[in-house]
Amino acid sequence: MHPANHAPSEPLNQPADGPNSTDADYNAGTGDLSKVTVGARKGFLMSETMRGIEELTDASYEYGFSTDLDTDVAPTGLTEETVRLISAKKDEPEWLLQWRLKAFAAWQEMDEPDWAKLQITPIDYQSISYWAAPKQKPVLDSMDDVDPDIRDMFDKLGIPLHEQKMLSNVAVDAIVDSVSVTTTFKATLAEAGVIFCSFSEAVQDHPELVKEHLGSVVPVRDNFFAALNSAVFSDGSFCYIPKGVRCPMELSTYFRINSMNTGQFERTLIVAEDDSHVSYLEGCTAPQRDENQLHAAVVELVAKDRAEIKYSTVQNWYPGDENGVGGIYNFVTKRGRAHTEAKISWTQVETGSAITWKYPSVILQGDRSIGEFYSVALSSKHQQADTGTKMIHIGADTTSSIISKGISASHGQNTYRGLVKMMRSAENARNYTQCDSLLLGKECGAHTVPYIEVKNPTAQVEHEASTSTVGEDQLYYCRQRGMNEEDAMAMIVNGFCREVFNELPMEFAVEAQRLLSVSLEGSVG
Amino acid sequence: MLHVENLTVSIGDTPILKGLDLGVGAGEVHAIMGPNGSGKSTFAHALAGRDGYEIGGTVTLDGADLLAMEPEDRAAAGVFMGFQYPVEIPGVNNMYFLRTALNSVRRTRGEDEIGARDFLEVAQEAMELVEMKQDLLYRSVNVGFSGGEKKRNEILQMAVMAPRLAVLDETDSGLDIDALRVVAKGVNALRTPERSMIVITHYQRLLDYIKPDVVHVLVDGKIVESGDHTLALHLEDHGYAGFADRDLDDASLSGATA
Repeated sequence: MHPANHAPSEPLNQPADGPNSTDADYNAGTGDLSKVTVGARKGFLMSETMRGIEELTDASYEYGFSTDLDTDVAPTGLTEETVRLISAKKDEPEWLLQWRLKAFAAWQEMDEPDWAKLQITPIDYQSISYWAAPKQKPVLDSMDDVDPDIRDMFDKLGIPLHEQKMLSNVAVDAIVDSVSVTTTFKATLAEAGVIFCSFSEAVQDHPELVKEHLGSVVPVRDNFFAALNSAVFSDGSFCYIPKGVRCPMELSTYFRINSMNTGQFERTLIVAEDDSHVSYLEGCTAPQRDENQLHAAVVELVAKDRAEIKYSTVQNWYPGDENGVGGIYNFVTKRGRAHTEAKISWTQVETGSAITWKYPSVILQGDRSIGEFYSVALSSKHQQADTGTKMIHIGADTTSSIISKGISASHGQNTYRGLVKMMRSAENARNYTQCDSLLLGKECGAHTVPYIEVKNPTAQVEHEASTSTVGEDQLYYCRQRGMNEEDAMAMIVNGFCREVFNELPMEFAVEAQRLLSVSLEGSVG
Repeated sequence: MLHVENLTVSIGDTPILKGLDLGVGAGEVHAIMGPNGSGKSTFAHALAGRDGYEIGGTVTLDGADLLAMEPEDRAAAGVFMGFQYPVEIPGVNNMYFLRTALNSVRRTRGEDEIGARDFLEVAQEAMELVEMKQDLLYRSVNVGFSGGEKKRNEILQMAVMAPRLAVLDETDSGLDIDALRVVAKGVNALRTPERSMIVITHYQRLLDYIKPDVVHVLVDGKIVESGDHTLALHLEDHGYAGFADRDLDDASLSGATA
């Protein structure tokens, strides 16, 4: 269960010059770019999510076309030189390089966490490439002039990058492998004073903001994967909402891993100044591959006084096949800091990945701040999910609520793991937690592991948990009313998840319905 | 319309129905009465297509072999069952459930789906019929419904589905007298010359409100007696004891026959 801990020491054994000279496809010095065939998939990731839930155990991740992209891939392996290479590729300032190196040094001394209820095939951190970038064809003069191949890929994913084709009111940052390929609606957002760009651009254009907040919520030493990310993160999204501004549109990022043997390590930072408001959605897909791929992201949210950040995730990384071969390791650290009367709300729909290790958390630092966590996690095939949240109550009169819906099917293992911590200063703080598990089949498992620490006697913590199955009687009832078994199952499972689906931003809910041609509850009338 | 011939049903090694014969013509309402454990509900579920039964004999609806069909195809063929214990489906809006059900059978029959507006009209009419509170339409299917509300909801579904054959399994159980009256009113309003009904009940009480054309007495897996509604009155007075040990051969009670 505990992965072998060879990683921290091995990087030292790598040749100091980093690039592995036997890797024929790569020549670091000349920028000779390897040609990598990627298998892209069509279908809006959200529709895949819903369909995935619908089809449940036998949902296959089949999409028939592939795209050739010229990709710039670093050799596999991780040493200090790799970190320097990434930083140099991105033309980063010295302080950021030093920050990365500090993280790298920390990571080398750390062990992989072994407390999660996960069976992890040992990860060889030296066989991963830490940098892959699609090589764009000559860039023209507008945002829409993205490499046609990449644009085509996103079109097939159902995420048009042409602004005029965009769903109204959603700005998109598209990230392929390690690099942001485009951000839409930048100009419109700029008028409102909102900065929404790739992390790399932010480092160049707004270094003071990045420097102030990077690592302020998730310090480099926070955990093994966060330290790794801090050392080698490639790109990600950056959002800054100025004082008093309500972001005029939904912001979203689509992550896609394309290249083989690459890890994706993105870094997202959202800063909402006093009295501002922003809603953000991220989606993820990856091609079907036989080997496991590592995705270790860090997301940091800063909600200043009375600000509100709503962060929604629809995660549909490749889950591996029905025998448990392949799939993404999704080891993600997400955390927000809520200042006085601020509100941070996490909503996640986690249907993909071979392994999910993820605990989006809120530090309720300011008085009367609010934290929310709404989660649907589906584990089918041989998927494993150990996910939940941490609500750290520091301020007085802080409130948090947790609604977790775990669905286990086939051989899936689903664990809810959540910490509610009431610090001594958390006068009259309140938490409500509800964990519901749904079991489909006899080989799967559902586990609930709540941790509750209360140091203030005025704090109130409530925890409710339930485990149920989709009853034969429910299916029979639906079928007697004319629905076939699949439709009936989809309806029952969607009903189970309804409280969480209701939290998804309207634009995406509407989009999902349109693409799914599956009406969800409440659509009548 | 419905023909049941020598129907046998076993669950595991236990025979429940032991050769049941029944014919229900278009527009007829048949009541099936019998003591606990006689096989009444099993008969209803055998018609609806529940899993887990070993079935013999033949059942046809308008000449079509019901026993060969999946439950959803029987529904599309016009079979509706009112459940004794309606099932709760958390998070699924009652109205959405109903419309999905209706459109599922319409699709199977090759008909156009009904739009939201037209459906709302159909649903409203059915709501009035069963005197159901508006908010129940927007709550989760049967979740937090009282016993009476659940049964009304079954009749509401029946009104919307407009079946060819309705099988009502102990629809009167657990109802107070007012709810019983409302449910019966709904059933009576849905009687048409084309629609057949099988009303399964323990008690004659329901038959004060729903006048059956024929009453059958089911004892130990067989119909041992058939007659008009006076048979039900006889049962009310004398119970099922007199039927328990009888064979079909010597069945003759107050001259009533099917």
